[in-house]
Amino acid sequence: MPKITIDDLDMEVPEGITVLQACELAGKEIPRFCYHERLSIAGNCRMCLVEVSPGPPKPAASCALPVGDGMNIKTNSDMVKKARNGVMEFLLINHPLDCPICDQGGECDLQDQAMAYGQDHSRFQENKRAVKEKHMGPLIKTIMTRCIHCTRCVRFATEIAGVPEIGMLGRGEHAEITTYLEKSLNSELSANVIDLCPVGALTSKPYAFVSRPWELKKTESIDVFDALGSAIRVDSRQTEVLRVLPRLNEDINEEWITDKSRFAVDGLSRQRLDRPYLRFDGKLRESSWTEAFDCIQSRLRTTDGDRIAAVTGNQCDAEAMIALKDLMTNLGSNNIDCRQDGAKLSSECRSSYLFNTTISNIELSDAVLLVGTNPRMEAPLINTRLRKGWMNDTLKVAALGPDIDLTFPVDHYGNDPRTLQSISEGLEPFSHILSKAERPAIILGMGALTRSDGPAILHLARNIAEEYGLIKDDWNGFNVLHTAAARVAGMDMNFLPSNGGLDLEGILSGAKAGTIDVVYLLGADEIEMSRLGDAFVIYQGHHGDAGANRADVILPGAAFTEKNCTYVNTEGRVQLARQATQPPGEAKEDWKIIRALSDSLRRSLSFTTLGDVRARLVEENSLFDNVGDILPSSWVPFGSYGEILDEEFKCPISNYYMTCPISRASQTMAECSKEFSSQSSEENFADA
Amino acid sequence: MKDFDQFEFTESGKEKVKEIISFYPEGRQQSAVIPLLDLAQNESEGWLPMAAIEHVADLLGMAQIRVLEVASFYSMFNLKPVGKYFVQLCRTTPCWLRGSESLKETAEDITGCKPGETSSDGLFTLIEVECLGACCNAPMVQINNDYYEDLTQESFREVLELLKRGEKPSPGSVVGRKGSEPVNGRSVLSTDKG
Repeated sequence: MPKITIDDLDMEVPEGITVLQACELAGKEIPRFCYHERLSIAGNCRMCLVEVSPGPPKPAASCALPVGDGMNIKTNSDMVKKARNGVMEFLLINHPLDCPICDQGGECDLQDQAMAYGQDHSRFQENKRAVKEKHMGPLIKTIMTRCIHCTRCVRFATEIAGVPEIGMLGRGEHAEITTYLEKSLNSELSANVIDLCPVGALTSKPYAFVSRPWELKKTESIDVFDALGSAIRVDSRQTEVLRVLPRLNEDINEEWITDKSRFAVDGLSRQRLDRPYLRFDGKLRESSWTEAFDCIQSRLRTTDGDRIAAVTGNQCDAEAMIALKDLMTNLGSNNIDCRQDGAKLSSECRSSYLFNTTISNIELSDAVLLVGTNPRMEAPLINTRLRKGWMNDTLKVAALGPDIDLTFPVDHYGNDPRTLQSISEGLEPFSHILSKAERPAIILGMGALTRSDGPAILHLARNIAEEYGLIKDDWNGFNVLHTAAARVAGMDMNFLPSNGGLDLEGILSGAKAGTIDVVYLLGADEIEMSRLGDAFVIYQGHHGDAGANRADVILPGAAFTEKNCTYVNTEGRVQLARQATQPPGEAKEDWKIIRALSDSLRRSLSFTTLGDVRARLVEENSLFDNVGDILPSSWVPFGSYGEILDEEFKCPISNYYMTCPISRASQTMAECSKEFSSQSSEENFADA
Repeated sequence: MKDFDQFEFTESGKEKVKEIISFYPEGRQQSAVIPLLDLAQNESEGWLPMAAIEHVADLLGMAQIRVLEVASFYSMFNLKPVGKYFVQLCRTTPCWLRGSESLKETAEDITGCKPGETSSDGLFTLIEVECLGACCNAPMVQINNDYYEDLTQESFREVLELLKRGEKPSPGSVVGRKGSEPVNGRSVLSTDKG
């Protein structure tokens, strides 16, 4: 370990780190623009200059200089101060002084560092250069005159997002950052370049001129647009969510979030259900809570428990689901299902429906088999983890399913599900790769599990896991990749048919056949509404989407930014989302609605406060008590042997930008899907 | 007129491409990007259409933007069409001292265009460049791949007139000196040693 001195402080640092990293270990602040921990080193902004001896008597760029034994580093000498000062002066030569109209103002690295390290005046008398704006798609606004050419965006697109479409053209004073032929950046993670940009060159297009950072209320919460539960910060002003930014969570999203998580929130203020509705003569009419409850009560009074059913949607919180589960139990119904896509999962073995490897560990795997999944659409941040493994040259990925572009090479084994059988029998080349791998993994997508042969595929995948050493003491390579944020919590609380209750398929065919009279949809919009027949449909949710369209009674609920609630991500990690704004109009938190309804039905639920509901969750499954952690889960046999159908896998997501009521109501997402529509044809259930 | 929306190397070009790529070790084929772009430019009337850039990117397995970055970085690559004769006037100090300004006037006079422009007949594109490394024979200009050296206004006029008529002036020093030997003939190494 090299021994070095930083500002007269002797220390020993790990081999192979850079001087900048060493200075950070020593607690010294080194200004920088181009350096970023997660990107390759460019060394082109020169802001991180320090004085290093022995060596040439000039400042050295600390980000690109490896530490050597006996180095004496000064981070605050006169030479360093003068050097930084000079670099800052050069950077500002071609930077416009338009901070008052710049969206980065108040959270701008250049602004902050010019304050801290720059001069208080300018000596520049000449004309500044001006650069034309570039088109980078519906999400990224560019004001390229402000660009300081740190190339963070170029490196992000190339390395992390895997879409080498941004580059720096020209040279010297004529250098410009642009996308190839000014096309939109074709990535689900594109908007992260907005956060990376240290100046106001790349800013958020939907958020342009909306607000200043100091006007916002910042609420730390959890994302629900995919099943990862990325850490987010919800920035709101009064009743409106204005933007969403990522928070650091090394276990899940590192410091990125997907474009949908970031930009679908404008859907929160459109198409909202802000008061109860009742259907009279085929038309929905505004109503009151009392009327709505009375209507439900009069309907349920004459209905037997086994003719009532409940289905929950993809973004439901655990509190609402447990409340609904208890209500259904009180009503005497076992017809409940949290798998609105019909996934053939069961709750007997927790490992059978979790992403057991964990998100952060999947990048350590050396062989991954994807079955019926397109992680780029279903969980873009898992895809970046896989990509990272490939970039490190340690991971080989094979895919069985639709031919997909994951931004890195994948051995594609066609789309015949029976190939899984031959992989299991060791007949495919990837079988050898799996058997030789030290940390092999398999990822099953919903495309593989929502089919009628789902249990057989689950069984076969378990066989592969057991035969090829995917299950070890310190490694579990069996993974189910969910697309619904609510799913794992639903499975954990057993929101599933029991004692002969009907599952989704049974509920739908029952409704059609007239054996199910009442269906309670808790935020469930992605089922085939036409199959509900003449059933009386209660829809509780936050958006006027497919469910509300079909409903006979609408109970307005709260979206994920409007309630304190619990989600469990695809790894089985319990996380809390926090309330940023109030639900609109007369809408209420979902568990409270169900609680109030239970009173009016004279089947009162046992809890009255959020604390009570959470205690009830813990009573149902103690893992709800471990917020933030993943509890180890046992490995017991699951799935059932059966024939694999000769039917191609289909990806559950055809249009990445529109997958839930919120994103379908979002204008920004609509623009994105228009922009990228050539790649997908939307299967919009709202029109069904 | 050539179709610049499509690009493919000529048969002899394809041979050359293979040879160039073979210079670089396995896995480092991207190093061939500059020679390939140069070859493409020579085969594409002196400039690089997007189709050529994309073709080179495909050949080397590079992202198109990476190749465009290289092509736009080096001033020797033209990203816009140029005239049949691409006239690069050296204006760095030695040439300037020896009268490059007057050569510019001559060129402007004959072609009818200013540096950075292409003549209306599409024959000439003028451009001022920095040192081309033939200072001993200043002033000089480069026309396509040939150097014309020791120019005066008169001799340069003649070169351009010849080109205009479709003839090819002989490249090199217009006063007939060999390489950069002294104008008055060799003054050293005049006898064979031993």
